Amino acid sequence: MKDKAQSETLLSVDNLSIGFSQYIGGLKRRTIQVIVDLNASIGHGEVVAVVGASGSGKSLLAHSILGILPGNAIMSGRMAYGGEELTAKRQAALRGKEIAFIPQSVNFLDPLLRVGKQARIGFDRKTAAARQRELFLRFGLKEKDGDLFPFELSGGMLRRTLFATCVREGVKLIIADEPTPGIHPEALNEVLTQLRQLADSGAGVMLITHDIMSALKIADRVVVIKDGRTVEVAEASAFEGQGEKLAAEYTRNLWRALPENDFDLMFAGDGGNGHVA
Amino acid sequence: MFKKLKNMNARERMLIAAIFSGALLLAIFVLSFTISDGNLRANARIMDQGPSFSHPFGTDWLGRDMLARTMKGLRLSLMVGVVASIISVIISVILGVGSAVLGKTVDNVISWVTDLFIGMPHLIFMMLVCFMMGGGVKGIIVGVSLTHWSLLARVIRAEVLQLKNAEYMQISSSFGKSLWFIAWHHVIPYIMPQIIIRFLSVFPHAIVHEAAITFLGFGFSPQTPAIGVILSEAMAHISTGKWWLVFFPGFLLVLVAKSFDSISEQAHILLEPVSANE
Amino acid sequence: MSLKGEGLGFYYKKDKWIFNKLDIKISPGEVKGLSGYSGCGKTTLGKILAGFIEPQAGTVTVDGAPLPRKGFRPVQMIYQHPEKAIDPRWRMRQVLTESFTPSRELVEALEIRGEWLGRHPIELSGGELQRFCIARALNPATRYIIADEMTTMLDAITQAKIWHVFKKLCAARNIGVVIVSHEASLLKRLCDSVIYLEDVTAKGSAA
Repeated sequence: MKDKAQSETLLSVDNLSIGFSQYIGGLKRRTIQVIVDLNASIGHGEVVAVVGASGSGKSLLAHSILGILPGNAIMSGRMAYGGEELTAKRQAALRGKEIAFIPQSVNFLDPLLRVGKQARIGFDRKTAAARQRELFLRFGLKEKDGDLFPFELSGGMLRRTLFATCVREGVKLIIADEPTPGIHPEALNEVLTQLRQLADSGAGVMLITHDIMSALKIADRVVVIKDGRTVEVAEASAFEGQGEKLAAEYTRNLWRALPENDFDLMFAGDGGNGHVA
Repeated sequence: MFKKLKNMNARERMLIAAIFSGALLLAIFVLSFTISDGNLRANARIMDQGPSFSHPFGTDWLGRDMLARTMKGLRLSLMVGVVASIISVIISVILGVGSAVLGKTVDNVISWVTDLFIGMPHLIFMMLVCFMMGGGVKGIIVGVSLTHWSLLARVIRAEVLQLKNAEYMQISSSFGKSLWFIAWHHVIPYIMPQIIIRFLSVFPHAIVHEAAITFLGFGFSPQTPAIGVILSEAMAHISTGKWWLVFFPGFLLVLVAKSFDSISEQAHILLEPVSANE
Repeated sequence: MSLKGEGLGFYYKKDKWIFNKLDIKISPGEVKGLSGYSGCGKTTLGKILAGFIEPQAGTVTVDGAPLPRKGFRPVQMIYQHPEKAIDPRWRMRQVLTESFTPSRELVEALEIRGEWLGRHPIELSGGELQRFCIARALNPATRYIIADEMTTMLDAITQAKIWHVFKKLCAARNIGVVIVSHEASLLKRLCDSVIYLEDVTAKGSAA
């Protein structure tokens, strides 16, 4: 097929920049550039981890793909989805359907609504119940779990409910924003396994996180972001040893600075910090 | 260069509106001092004249210049407004902060009193206070201040309750900082925007209420040059077609109140973080 | 000489103990890890040790005496989100000197730059702000520090750098440190010993 190469890329973001206009000293507006030059792409069946510290602009990347940036944001650059430009109109039509967003915390579930009902939101009323049961089965939840309230579910089950609520059939792109902050290893593995399975079934997954170690368990590629710029797009397999296969020095240092690796050995040389009474 | 109004950003438009309002208030203030008190004296030769060049607002049935009377009246209104607003804001801050930090019992008592004052009809209460204090400037100031603190007190209580849980507040107390230090350096700057907004928005209330109370005969004595006095006296003459006696003072009263209203509105938009960047 | 929590118990809802009958002891100069996952009560325990919350059961003592209610508290806490731990209306100079006036050596060791002092917190990054929080906590009267997920929001390089300096500073002053974190690998790297709160609570509630 002639356009196979194109269709393999599900989403591409090129030269994305995002700034916020703010007032300074009375009447002057200034633009604060948060994202300067961001590039990323995701193919079908691929998990791409977007890694960066908080404040590096990685969540804004998700928001700009979904088209939910705040009003004073100024955006430029190109975003293409399925080979076509991703316009605001398409974003509105696609989000929640083909493009799914999984928020950080299970607190995004309504504590006063039975989880089955929450998963039915947005479905056609006649078929909603059946489709919700299907989704629950798909994410390893029992049928009767739908009658429970969020507080009655365990952490792992809550994660699965969140997935069932956010991810619908026909979803092609999943954006997970920091889905694993400090959670129990079982719940963590649950989340990672689910994301990998979604990718294996053909969807593209963007995993936004600052937990490199967890991301590497399932990611195919890693986009490293620093100060609103893409520093490097590396194969997940390049993160090994002393990071010799990584191209950028920043990425190498990032890898080495992990507690699992060298950690603070890289600063052991500077004696100047030690002499404090 | 002047930009077209619609091309300006929100803050520039806001500033222009505020400058207009401010200029008007300043003009009234300056005029009230520059016009000589001689114009307030009765003058039998120029009784009941309509607006003219020498008397732009006309004269009344005693031959007093209405421009002079209106300006002096508005100056008194502004003065009452400033004092009443300051007092009501001080009451609000003390009760609001006290309610939030002095424990449950104090909170219950203050909240009860606050609700009582919110529920009370302002005008009737003010009339009562003025009557008790024998009218005059004091009565009006006390009346207006006592009826206009409750909303801000409630807002401040809520803000401070929220702030109390802020990590930097708890850290400050773990450094051994005194309540006074924390109140002065952490709490007051936090509630300052609310205070400014409320201060400005009590102003028009104070002015209009002052006029209303005086109009009803509970406020200033008839010889005081107050807007309320002017309006109530003029009522007797309006049926005889002397429209200028009511129109100019009434119109300016509305204009002054509206000016403060618009300044406080702008301050509100400017100081509230949510809308500050639009 | 130690920071001691004895028979500590805490609940939000009556008789639903988050932990109970918990004993913990930190000696000067010791680095103790407190591990557990979100929602297990490790931050609550940290706040109890630092005197921010009263436990429903048990006592906290510092070098034999109960935590002082007034004045400077010898147990200081460093939080996960430095932007919440700093008054956003203050300038950084004020923030730095709220607890005491740090020596130039301390400021330099933490690589706090002079040009930051005139700025507002919003103009600095999380890593930069956290250095100020550390400086504030290192008051000469500080005996123990609870570091609650202190570097969780930072990138790995900044994290490594901050711990490198922090450990040295605390060791030099013989300060006892409790590192609260969900990251086992970080605790392994930094601590003399680690308490797994989930194990303790399981035992505590069974007892």
